[in-house]
Amino acid sequence: MASPSPLLRVEALDKSFPGVRALDGVNLTLARGEVLAVIGENGAGKSTLMKILAGVQLPDGGRILLDDRPIRCHSVHEALRLGIVLIHQELNLAENLDVAANISLGREAHVLGFLRSRAMRAEARRALKLVGLDVSPRKRVGDLTIGQRQMVEIAKALATNARILIMDEPTSSLSRHETETLFGVIRNLKAQGVSVIYISHRLGEVRAVADRVVALRDGKNAGELLRGEIDERRMVSLMIGRDASGWYRREPLPAGEPLLEVRDLATQAHRRHRLSFQVRRGEIVGIAGLVGAGRTELLEAIFGVTPPAAGTICVAGRPVRIRHPIDAICAGLALLPEDRKLQGLVLEMSVRQNISLPGLFRTRLAGMFLNFRRERSDAASLISSLRIRTPQATTPVQLLSGGNQQKTVLAKWLNLRPRVLLLDEPTRGVDIGAKEEIYRLLEQAAREGAAILFVSSEMQEVLTLADRVLVMHQGALAGQLTREQLSEEAVMHLATGQVGTTP
Amino acid sequence: MKKALAIGALLIVISAAASLKSPDFLTAANIQNNVNWSSLWGILAIGSAFVIIAGGIDLSIGSVVCLSGCLLSLLLHGWHIRIGWLGLDTELKFGVPAALTFVLVVAALLGLGHGLLITKLRLQPFVVTLCGLLLYRGFSRWITDEQTQGFGDDDVAALIERFHDWTVGTIPLIEDFELRIPFVQRLFTVRTPFVQEFHLPIPFLIVVALGLVAGGFLHWTIYGRYLLALGRNEQAARYSGIATDRMVIVAYVLCSLIAGFGGVLLALEINSVQPSSFGAGWELTAIAAAVLGGCSLRGGEGSILGVIIGAALIRVILNATFLLGVPDTLADATTGLVILLGVIADELFHRLAARRRLRSA
Repeated sequence: MASPSPLLRVEALDKSFPGVRALDGVNLTLARGEVLAVIGENGAGKSTLMKILAGVQLPDGGRILLDDRPIRCHSVHEALRLGIVLIHQELNLAENLDVAANISLGREAHVLGFLRSRAMRAEARRALKLVGLDVSPRKRVGDLTIGQRQMVEIAKALATNARILIMDEPTSSLSRHETETLFGVIRNLKAQGVSVIYISHRLGEVRAVADRVVALRDGKNAGELLRGEIDERRMVSLMIGRDASGWYRREPLPAGEPLLEVRDLATQAHRRHRLSFQVRRGEIVGIAGLVGAGRTELLEAIFGVTPPAAGTICVAGRPVRIRHPIDAICAGLALLPEDRKLQGLVLEMSVRQNISLPGLFRTRLAGMFLNFRRERSDAASLISSLRIRTPQATTPVQLLSGGNQQKTVLAKWLNLRPRVLLLDEPTRGVDIGAKEEIYRLLEQAAREGAAILFVSSEMQEVLTLADRVLVMHQGALAGQLTREQLSEEAVMHLATGQVGTTP
Repeated sequence: MKKALAIGALLIVISAAASLKSPDFLTAANIQNNVNWSSLWGILAIGSAFVIIAGGIDLSIGSVVCLSGCLLSLLLHGWHIRIGWLGLDTELKFGVPAALTFVLVVAALLGLGHGLLITKLRLQPFVVTLCGLLLYRGFSRWITDEQTQGFGDDDVAALIERFHDWTVGTIPLIEDFELRIPFVQRLFTVRTPFVQEFHLPIPFLIVVALGLVAGGFLHWTIYGRYLLALGRNEQAARYSGIATDRMVIVAYVLCSLIAGFGGVLLALEINSVQPSSFGAGWELTAIAAAVLGGCSLRGGEGSILGVIIGAALIRVILNATFLLGVPDTLADATTGLVILLGVIADELFHRLAARRRLRSA
């Protein structure tokens, strides 16, 4: 497949960090105009490899050849000059500046320090055209949607005449439609001879966009799939190193009485739409929809983070007034929020203190004193039952891997034995192993009598986990799908607002 | 805790150096004086530590100190309030308990105001308390008509004699070379060959008691844990069901209340309260002590013991520079330099520890 002289060739790359062999003799080739997907679990070495290519880190051993000439990038700037650009998962744009200013950031056209705004805007317009984004270069980046910002980031890379574009989880915050647009842009770039290295956990997207797939496992090459061989099963088995026949599949439970009942609820963000639904004991209900459909707002309204504008919420048949998360917790609700680092965890505090935080007021002694013994024993039992891999209970949670951090958030809520568990993107940024563990934990919670309501942008997750799916579109409930009606096409129909068309 | 020990060691090193260089440093009178002022500043610093741990800042401490000192004196002497356009013409004259209560309630209300403006109106702590700094200073000068306040005249001096002795008085520990420890002294007397006389300032006992209560609150109660958590990440704390607004308000109320109480002690101690200068700049002394003692201005971090030692360190540096004949004009610069070096050393240790942790991981 690789042409006789590939654009980029990586040979026997080594990189060690204290205690970890991040890369161990990794080889890679990239042809001109090729879209190469690099897959692997968290910690497999993908990001290290990309950082070395983009000049963020230096390798310990091995060679990188660009056009058959060995290169050694000491800085991002050098890599940029050679035409290698890394687009981070978290976008690096100055939201307070306009599109043109962002595209030429650091390379502004100027005369004696004075900006040549017109030249900058012309350049921005050219770059925006390449990615097919139709916004004014004068528009403030902060006013763009996430998807548009992604395109601006790509336009910025193209404006530097990038030859190799490295995209790290580019679709993690894009809607379906925006993802399609991105794929169109990638195909377009390909036609112009730009090579793309595409990193993603979303195997469906990899299948759609990649010419070739390279899998990494434990810092080594784990295998390669060519165009015709790319399918989810093969990719998963390369990544986890065993046959993926045990791909998670759950059996629905007989549902009990309604534990959460929402009637005519209006969120602050979408005041005009009224939402009504219920979730029963032992039931796992998914909320699907595009980014911006109001799913997070719905969960946050139920949990009292942003109190609802109208409507009633009943928990276990009794109406509750929820103005603050405290009210929700007292009523037996729990919310695993969308962003675990910002909303889920106090990163500098220990695993133990994070787990105990929401329940401190229940275990307090004499009205105000911490119950240290209880705190220790609760944390210890949850760490072992959820198999949170941490050196000690007193380790700051920021030192844990993404999956273990997410399990810590789950632990802090399971510690309260909630009647209703709300989850917002429960497995975002979590590797496959931890993902399956989280699914099993949720299923176990349902079996023990909780009602579970989760939001997910991953179709695979919705399809495997949910007994029933609510689909949202622009702040309204577009419809409900039972397990029998459930399919990717049915969900997308409702999520994109094609009401009334039964698949 | 480690940080508290580190700056405790620094305190000892500086004290040792000062006593080697100056024979006056280790005299009983000088030690007594240092203990007294370290304690008074330590009290203010504990208040500011609560706000800093909650991720905020309070710049109004010095002005609250001034206002409470002025109010106490006015109320004890009889405060003549005459506001023409309100038709108000009355005199307030209180006894000690009522005056003290009045002053503390006013201080707590000021803190409540700060907290409400910061949490409910979402104003920035820096701005709110900066306005407080200007407001209370100006108000103090206005109500006192810029007259120096004190408790020296006969009436009031008699009235507050006991109050004075119980708050800023001293307990004789060593007299005529004999160590006098309450109760124990009845059994036997210990003769000390070194010191003729040493009296323990009562503010030291107050700061120890306040420190124990504050430290216990911070580390042993759920509310202390809430403060530490929200100082690090307010959003995560709110999502965990913590009434973050209420806890922030509590921090500001405690800070102003402690500043008001400290103002009472300082006014009694100095006994000459000049409305335009009393307490000026002490909010920065308090903040510096808290930072030296291990509080991060990013919030969520700090130990009460460290804060008290931090206050002592600032006092001792000031005292040592004076005794060593460093020009008076350089005193502030010396303090600034030592704090800067302390913070730089702390940051370097942090990085070293992080690197070591990475290596062992």
